[in-house]
Amino acid sequence: MITKMNHVSIFVLNQESAYEFYVNKLGFKVHTDAPMGLGMRWLTVCPPEQPDLEITLMPIEEGMMFKGESAKQMRELVRQGIFGFGVFECNDLHATYEELKVKGVEFKKSPTKEFYGFEALFIDDSGNWFSLGQKK
Amino acid sequence: MTERLFPKIYIYKQMVQAKLFIDNHFAESINLDDIANEAFFSKFHFIRLFKTIYEKTPHQYLTAVRIEKAKELLQTEESVTQVCFSVGFDSLSSFTGLFKRRTTFTPSAYQRLKLQRKQEISRTPLKFVPNCFAERKGWIKKSNFGEA
Repeated sequence: MITKMNHVSIFVLNQESAYEFYVNKLGFKVHTDAPMGLGMRWLTVCPPEQPDLEITLMPIEEGMMFKGESAKQMRELVRQGIFGFGVFECNDLHATYEELKVKGVEFKKSPTKEFYGFEALFIDDSGNWFSLGQKK
Repeated sequence: MTERLFPKIYIYKQMVQAKLFIDNHFAESINLDDIANEAFFSKFHFIRLFKTIYEKTPHQYLTAVRIEKAKELLQTEESVTQVCFSVGFDSLSSFTGLFKRRTTFTPSAYQRLKLQRKQEISRTPLKFVPNCFAERKGWIKKSNFGEA
């Protein structure tokens, strides 16, 4: 029986830049940073209070995973901000919003009251968007 | 609740400034008056507001930041004593006690574990990658690591 999720992938345009964003701006912790040879890297990070959830920062590169035109198409889709990979949670939305803005995170929506609660929207360095809500 | 529905933005900006001050100066000998001054509040008011937002008093948050930074530094070859003083503790015994309470490990045991893991990642990185991804990336076929 499935009990939990332990890996989830976010497709990024550049792993080094994504590291800078998720670790140094969002404050995520590095879970595994393994050089795989030939310039490849297995990099996973986790939100501070979820050490068992590995978020894989997956670079979009032509190879076995993305063949031919697929890599180019995927990169363009990410750049356009098509993908929203999930919803993050914080203790205080307004404080987190102010702090992330100071750190240079781009918000598409400032904290707004919706029928389901308060929400803000930000994008990562690649263009992926995320919802940010406040813990109930 | 009203305060949360209609936030006083300037209070949040001041509290964030105070939190970032702690984040950037944790290694120094800072005290609560310094931090409250950064936020332009009285000490009592500052502690109450900080705790409302961050669920920790400023002192508790400062300690937490120091322990987190210590955890990062203990993943290098730096000695426990060096780490203790680098992150702003002035007593090795206080640091050791606090660290153990937070992590259940002594700093040296934590360092040993982390350095062992680092070596293992370096020697056998595929052990840390789910097989489905390793195959799709072509790391299994092209593996030179001699794993079973």
